[in-house]
Order: sequence, then structure tokens, then C-alpha cells
Amino acid sequence: MDTAKFEEVFEAKLAKNDFIEPKDWMPENYRKHLIRQVSQHAHSEIVGMLPEGNWITRAPSLRAKLVLLAKVQDEGGHGLYLYTAAESLGISRDEMLNALLTGKAKYSSIFNYPTLTWADIGAIGWLVDGAAIMNQVMLQRSSYGPYSRAMVRICKEESFHQRQGYESITHLAFGTPEQKAMAQDALNRWWFPTLMMFGPPDRESPNSENALKWRIKRETNDQLRQRFVNQTVKQVEYLGLTVPDKHLKWNEAKQGYDFSEPDWDEFKNVIKGNGICNKERLASRNKAHSEGAWVRAAAEAYGKKQPEKEAA
Amino acid sequence: MSDNQGQLWEVFVQKKSGQPFVHCGNVHAFDKEMALQNARDVYTRRNEGMALWVVLSTAIVASSPEDIGSFFEPANDKIFRHPTFYQIPDGVGHM
Repeated sequence: MDTAKFEEVFEAKLAKNDFIEPKDWMPENYRKHLIRQVSQHAHSEIVGMLPEGNWITRAPSLRAKLVLLAKVQDEGGHGLYLYTAAESLGISRDEMLNALLTGKAKYSSIFNYPTLTWADIGAIGWLVDGAAIMNQVMLQRSSYGPYSRAMVRICKEESFHQRQGYESITHLAFGTPEQKAMAQDALNRWWFPTLMMFGPPDRESPNSENALKWRIKRETNDQLRQRFVNQTVKQVEYLGLTVPDKHLKWNEAKQGYDFSEPDWDEFKNVIKGNGICNKERLASRNKAHSEGAWVRAAAEAYGKKQPEKEAA
Repeated sequence: MSDNQGQLWEVFVQKKSGQPFVHCGNVHAFDKEMALQNARDVYTRRNEGMALWVVLSTAIVASSPEDIGSFFEPANDKIFRHPTFYQIPDGVGHM
């Protein structure tokens, strides 16, 4: 078959809502787009372990500590599902890790904000994981089979993340005035960075057009952002807290909220590496990776000895 | 410097005894035992399985997507392989 014929088969599959599998022919740009998106997604899961890991030793109860450990372990698992999905596109894990550790690869800007209080851990589960779920539910129907299947598994697990976060925030919001103030402070700091997680506005989103055309994504950044705000406002109201946006207002005509856009200059600046924690996150990843070098070396040496032992 | 992450293994999980083993993803590991342990940690954190298989990815032989048409064609025109092809008279009960 010549390329035109391959392309026809590929387009026909997309039109039928069929999935593209690793060994299927795909346009080079489709492959490149997916490698970028899936590896960045994997990096986000792995770097996402850091802001929460920061609080494991200081969790306020044994229950909270167990929950947080399980959640951070899940994030590591999510990173692994996604790395293998990306590997099926022909990039090695070494290449991806190297891109992350040298700062060449991007990950979600949200993880470059600091977790200052225990309320931030609740806010991350509730808001950050909530926003991630909204994006990932859509990605369950992504056209690339391995990515879609990883998303199905991840979404099941993320639901626990969001619910434990909201439960944790509920305890604070209905606790002492100081605890309630902590919850409000966390909401104030995480609200706009969370809205940024859906990516730049549609009018200036460079990668959206192809992603939609290829059904890698099925909805636009702004559509997802709007749905997130619509869904989250009543959760804020239940807590007796206030969304830190003077312009938030129900719009009867569009059956959704009007709200202020995040500061896109800040967003770009964080992406560029100038967020509060960019350097610290990268340094932590590098430290963990180099401290694990002897484990990898030992495992490799051990693995090499296994066939010899069996032969003997 | 290449920083070895081990070989790629495919993971199959059996949900309950008696059910088939179903492919669920893959892991990196340096030997069989580590592959099993990694598979357990990555794919069965919530009782998703009662048994696991791990197989080196390089050992999997797959049909080629380009040949789907001709490869599976022999099954297409043999509707007589299905029970619904046959007419059974009323009155003989369930068959």
C-alpha cells in the first residue's frame, strides 16, 4: 500500500470512532503530537508526587497519612501506565526521563506551586485532581488505544483522589475559624492555577486544532474549563467558602457561570520555568533519580545473572 | 549515558479463578520475579486480580494490522459455523 492508501485507512478509522493501535500506520505528526502529550502527562503524574510527598511526614492523623501515601503511590502508578503508552509510540523511557530531568520536557504548570499548609493537600485532591479528572474523562475516548486504556484505569483511581480531597477540605471548612480560614486561603491560592490546568484559551492554543482533528482530544480547553467552574461552584458554596473571583456570576442564557480568566502571563512564565517551585521540583527529581542509580545498576547486574543460574 | 530501565514485560491479569487472563498493560523489570512484583504493584493495587502472568514483550507474536482483511477472511463466509444457521422444529424443546 502507498502512503495515500494508508492515510485513507487511518482517516476511515477516525471517522468510525475506531482506535488507532501501536502497530497501525499513523501520520508522523499524529505520532509526534501523541508522544509529546502522553509523555508530558506522564511527567505531570511523577512530578505531581512531589508537592504531596512534602506532607506525608506531617499528615495530621494516621488515617490521613495512609490515604496520602496511597494517593502518592497511585500517582506513581499513573506515570508508569502513561510512560508505557508513550513507549508504544516508539520513544524509549530513557529518552523521556532524560527530557524531564534536563528540563527539556514540560509537565503541568500546577505542580510548580508550593503546598504551604495541610489545607493545600485537600485543595489539590479536590481541585487539581478534579480538573485532571475532567480532562481525563474526555481522554478516555482518545483515538490512540493505549492512551485511552490508560485513561480508563486512571479515571477509576482519580475518583478516590478527588473525594478524599473534598472530605479533607470539609473537615477544615466546618472546623474552627482558624481551620476554615486555612481552607479559604488554600482555595484563594489554588483557584486560578487550577483553571490554568486546562491550557491556554482556545483563541491561542497552538496544539488544539490537530488534537481535535485527530480525536486525541474531543473537547476544547475552554469547554472543559467552563464545565469545571460550573461543577465546582456549588461545592465551594456547600463549604461556606468564597470563590476568589469578583466577576463570578451565573449566566442564565448560557446556563453556566461567567468568570475571570486566569493571568495568562503568569501561566506562560511558569511554563517557561520561572514558577515558584520549578527549580526545586527539577532538583528533587534529579536527586531521586541519581540516588536510585545504584538500585538500577544492582537490579541490572542481578537480572543478567538469572539465565546463568537457570542454565547451571 | 543510557540509563537502563530493564526489559519490557506484558502483564495479564486474571480477575477471578476460572476467568481468562486479560492483558492490562506492561512494566519494566530486570527479571521474572521483579516483573511479577512490579506488575502486582502497578496493576493490582485494588484487588483487580487473583493471578498474574508476565511475558517478555519480545516473545509476543502479533497479527499484522495491514493484513486484517485477508487474515481473518476465512471466517467471513462460513455462517454455518453458527448455531443460528440451523432450523430446529418447534416442539422439540430447548436445544
